[in-house]
Amino acid sequence: MEQMAKPLTKNIRPDRAFATLADYESTGGYEGLRKAITQLQPKDVQQWVKDAGLRGRGGAGFSTGLKWSLVPMDAESFQTRYLVVNADEMEPGTFKDRLLLERDPHQLLEGIIIAAYAIQAHVAYIFLRGEYHLAALRLENALLEAGSKGYLGKNILDSGFNLEIILHTSAGRYICGEETALLNALEGKRANPRAKPPFPLVSGLWGKPTVINNVETLCNVPHILHYGIEWYRSLALGADQGTKLFGASGRVKNPGLWELPMGTPIREIIEEYAGGMRDGYKLRGFLPGGASTDFMLPEHLDVVMDFDAIAKAGSRMGTGTLIILDDLTCPVQMVLNLEEFFAQESCGWCTPCRDGLPWTVTLLKDIIAGQGRMEDLDALSGLTRMLGPGNTFCALAPGAMEPLQSALKYFREDFERYITGNNAVMESV
Amino acid sequence: MNIHTEKPDFEGLSPAEIQEINAEFSHYEDKTAVSIEALKIVQKHRGWVSDECLVAVAGLLDISTAQLEGVATFYNLIYRQPVGKTVIHYCNSVTCWMLGAEQVRERLCRHLNVELGEMSADGEYTILPIVCLGACDHAPVVMVGNELRQDISDDAVNEILRR
Repeated sequence: MEQMAKPLTKNIRPDRAFATLADYESTGGYEGLRKAITQLQPKDVQQWVKDAGLRGRGGAGFSTGLKWSLVPMDAESFQTRYLVVNADEMEPGTFKDRLLLERDPHQLLEGIIIAAYAIQAHVAYIFLRGEYHLAALRLENALLEAGSKGYLGKNILDSGFNLEIILHTSAGRYICGEETALLNALEGKRANPRAKPPFPLVSGLWGKPTVINNVETLCNVPHILHYGIEWYRSLALGADQGTKLFGASGRVKNPGLWELPMGTPIREIIEEYAGGMRDGYKLRGFLPGGASTDFMLPEHLDVVMDFDAIAKAGSRMGTGTLIILDDLTCPVQMVLNLEEFFAQESCGWCTPCRDGLPWTVTLLKDIIAGQGRMEDLDALSGLTRMLGPGNTFCALAPGAMEPLQSALKYFREDFERYITGNNAVMESV
Repeated sequence: MNIHTEKPDFEGLSPAEIQEINAEFSHYEDKTAVSIEALKIVQKHRGWVSDECLVAVAGLLDISTAQLEGVATFYNLIYRQPVGKTVIHYCNSVTCWMLGAEQVRERLCRHLNVELGEMSADGEYTILPIVCLGACDHAPVVMVGNELRQDISDDAVNEILRR
């Protein structure tokens, strides 16, 4: 029962470092692939995943099955198509994909093979962040194991379908997580984002149709195929489907990561799973899904972890890993840390991002140093609009503005205290 | 492919490096795509990427040195200056910042008497910042060489540097 309620983490056990192929097979591993590849047409697999209601777990929440169905399939059946796995987990405060990669690598491989079959790709790349050395070792080992059992390579499970999976380890830049920048990185170039359209689904890696999926997204796929759409749609509590890894970090009693149904209330994650705040600290706010999401407040604790519910509360579910702001941490300094990160990681390709983010950092530093003026707050608000959606090449700068704009709204008195000189309370931080 | 090993342009690279880089070609559509792997291979052998090596790798990949330099300087984990035998990356992203990343940095740098990016006098260590290492539930964290170390306390810093 427990296994069925937690499909993504059922093989991740405290008594073993990671699940081997035998461990993975013992709980139904590669049965989803067997069904997909021997009983279903590629189009059917796309439809299953669409009907299951799986939405991308990388942050954007796009329907995975719909994405697959948009790949040109019929025109030229011999056209090269690529599947690329975005394993470039680098969103500050996010630590979910590393667990899946290190502890149950075959789950990801099975998801990749099914996805590649669904779009008829014969080469798949895993774009892994360079710092994830342990994940790279486990994946390399798992690739060999899968190949030796006929799950990978030529004529997979006697179906006539061929697939090669290539592990590419990156050399570190946050922008590589942006899917078109990732494609440039994979082509050995600077990871600047590309203009869209054309979208990668039509013209991606080396100009070929390319599907890019997040690690956690693909880890859902084997279970949908193995246990069925109806089962998958029974897992969640709210509007979205399936389970998800949710996490909490910061000054909570028990920081960690838990697989829970989509639609789990944020209160339950913070108060029950994370054990509430550490003694002596109070909850001041939180970023629901990584550095590039808007702050939420204690009054939002009863919002549930669903894409649309979080959007309605003015933020984004993002990666679903909560970053907790306590009452003794200065929100202005926290925002400075976030903006320094974004300014450093900007690829420098478009002007609003390249110039606007360092300007944001300068203004915040001046304010914290006691050299700010009230007009600076208007300038910061102006930047949140100038760097917002529609003005930049990709989502990096708009994402960077999310915590800033919400901090200006919710924690304005903290900014003002620095400017008026009444910041005695915060100086201790 | 092996024809390359005989060209004098690549003399800056060892046969082992050239062999490893050539082995990567089959994984990609063209040679340019091997840029990052190639730089990482050189770095694995030498610790960093010198100007001479950069020119040699560009020659091996049939791309301009400028293009490869653009790539080399773009990525955080390619070093264009010598670094210590072990690079210690300390995470300075939000959760680690909140839970003591600055203290970790200070302790590491003071212990080794170095600034960020400098090599320690004995050539053993270089300290660099790194973005979120994906272990926020065990903040603060550092990466010592290729190894992730979590829940870093003062004692842990001492223990890391004593090895």
